Amino acid sequence: MDQIKASEQEQGTSLWKDAWIKLSKNYLALFGLSVLALLCIVSLLTPWIAPYGYEEQNLILGASAPSLEHWLGTDIFGRDMLTRIMYGGRVSLTVGFIATAVALIIGVLWGAIAGFVGGRVDAVMMRIVDIMYALPFMIFIVLLMVVFGRNILLLFLAIGAVEWLTMARIVRSQVMSLREQEFVEAAHSLGLSQWTIIRRHIIPNTLGPVIVYTTLTIPSVMLLEAFLSFLGLGIQPPQSSWGLLINYGVETMEEYPWLLIFPGVTLSLTLFALNFLGDGLRDALDPRTSKD
Amino acid sequence: MWRFALNRLLQAIPVLLIVISATFLLVHSAPGGPFSAEKNVPPEVIKALEAQYNLDQPLWQQYINYLGDVVQGDFGPSFKYSGRTVNELIAAGLPATAELALYAMLVALVIGISAGVTAAMRPNTVQDYLPMSAAMLGICMPSFLLGPLLVLVFGIHLEWLPVSGWGDMPGDKIMPAITLGTGYAAYIARLSRGGMLEVLSQDYIRTARAKGLSEPVIIFKHAMRGGLIPVVAFLGPAFAGLLGGSFVVETIFQIPGLGRFYVQAAFNRDYTMILGMTIFFATLIILFNLLSDMLAIWLDPKLRQQARGNN
Repeated sequence: MDQIKASEQEQGTSLWKDAWIKLSKNYLALFGLSVLALLCIVSLLTPWIAPYGYEEQNLILGASAPSLEHWLGTDIFGRDMLTRIMYGGRVSLTVGFIATAVALIIGVLWGAIAGFVGGRVDAVMMRIVDIMYALPFMIFIVLLMVVFGRNILLLFLAIGAVEWLTMARIVRSQVMSLREQEFVEAAHSLGLSQWTIIRRHIIPNTLGPVIVYTTLTIPSVMLLEAFLSFLGLGIQPPQSSWGLLINYGVETMEEYPWLLIFPGVTLSLTLFALNFLGDGLRDALDPRTSKD
Repeated sequence: MWRFALNRLLQAIPVLLIVISATFLLVHSAPGGPFSAEKNVPPEVIKALEAQYNLDQPLWQQYINYLGDVVQGDFGPSFKYSGRTVNELIAAGLPATAELALYAMLVALVIGISAGVTAAMRPNTVQDYLPMSAAMLGICMPSFLLGPLLVLVFGIHLEWLPVSGWGDMPGDKIMPAITLGTGYAAYIARLSRGGMLEVLSQDYIRTARAKGLSEPVIIFKHAMRGGLIPVVAFLGPAFAGLLGGSFVVETIFQIPGLGRFYVQAAFNRDYTMILGMTIFFATLIILFNLLSDMLAIWLDPKLRQQARGNN
């Protein structure tokens, strides 16, 4: 009898291990993870591995189609497109991560406080979220960028300030339902301290949805940045981002379509990878799908 | 239902007031006046201009005046297009934008719902994976990329459709509508698949099957009403997104609509124009959110009871 119990216990897997096993069977999600890892490594190493200098011009060459010297061709100033896409990726990814971090911090704090304190505080805080949901944020970001100039720090804050709402809702509903769960009650009755309960039982259980939503926020933030840069209201030259490169590409797409296609494909592929990873993580971390 | 609508409309008033105040303060705290861009203007001229637009008054006085005007639906004169009011410019741009948004919404609804319902009918088969992969592609293909690519292929290379314009040539509304609608079609496909899957597993659908009803009757008559509620609830936010998307699409296809005016106003620092249009957009979005919520309540008996209970 005891032996059977022991072996059953050995087979039990933690939520994280279970999630990893499920994720490693999801090829699309693994593909997303590898693309993301590759992009991060390339972005970190860009100054050393980029084939040309960022502003290195070759006016005699001008715009040239992809060749052995320039794998993705050159723009009208003879600048290497691969290099420019790599440098643009640094900015796009940085905006994606930092603005998501801003959204994450605001959203988790807001949602956790509302869910934990409950009552009137919760009602007021969530009412504010409801109201902000109804506001035309795209327009507000444009307005902010116009009024205060196109400052990259402001861009982080503005995008982050838009994207935290859903995070706050998710965290709040998680915290609220966790508070009432039997295992939290059991932990209370075992005499665990409030802090231990939060640390050992509440936080690990909110982490799943938070990770999933964070992964899905990064592509939408990057999309927002590219959108603004495309309109000329986001990243400003000499800095570059994929949105800005697409904007330049559109101007000359009739003669030099590769100037539009390569940055476009890079952006789409990245968004694709991140969305697949997010979907995969959602399937992996959802305890409801873990039983089968 | 009507009490719910009235309640929400009353709640919208403070929200709009916050929007107006925040936008007003933001725009007026901008560094540099609206006329500082023009070079070599003698100070007397600037003084005269400021007096003409009442900018020499204290800020609170301007705010009260502006609020009074806005309540009467008057957004004041444009700073950049002298002699034209913001109202005139909004009236000039609204028809094109409304038409574009309508077509884009039709594209999104027709493609999105048929893809989502098709996928939900046979989950985890090719019939599910194919439309859902296409939907993922649609989500990851932003309008500012899809639009130029469509122009490149169908406008420049195949020469099937005109590359820009609005109502000047036959077929010039097709590409803008598809560009703007595709992303929303993808979202709607995912939402309607999820909603339909949930409804199709319910007891009343099993009852309908047990009664021997045909599959089309079950899907179209019984399942769709409940399964598409998430889509209906998404219509309000989608409309807000369409307005934002119109910035890009109207710029790409050179459509004389509100989105293009807004981007131009942003570049020109036409403050009254930005102010007026932001308030106008906010009002529209709040109204559309209300409409889509009411439609969802009307469709869903559970929500109907909740709305009744809460008010």
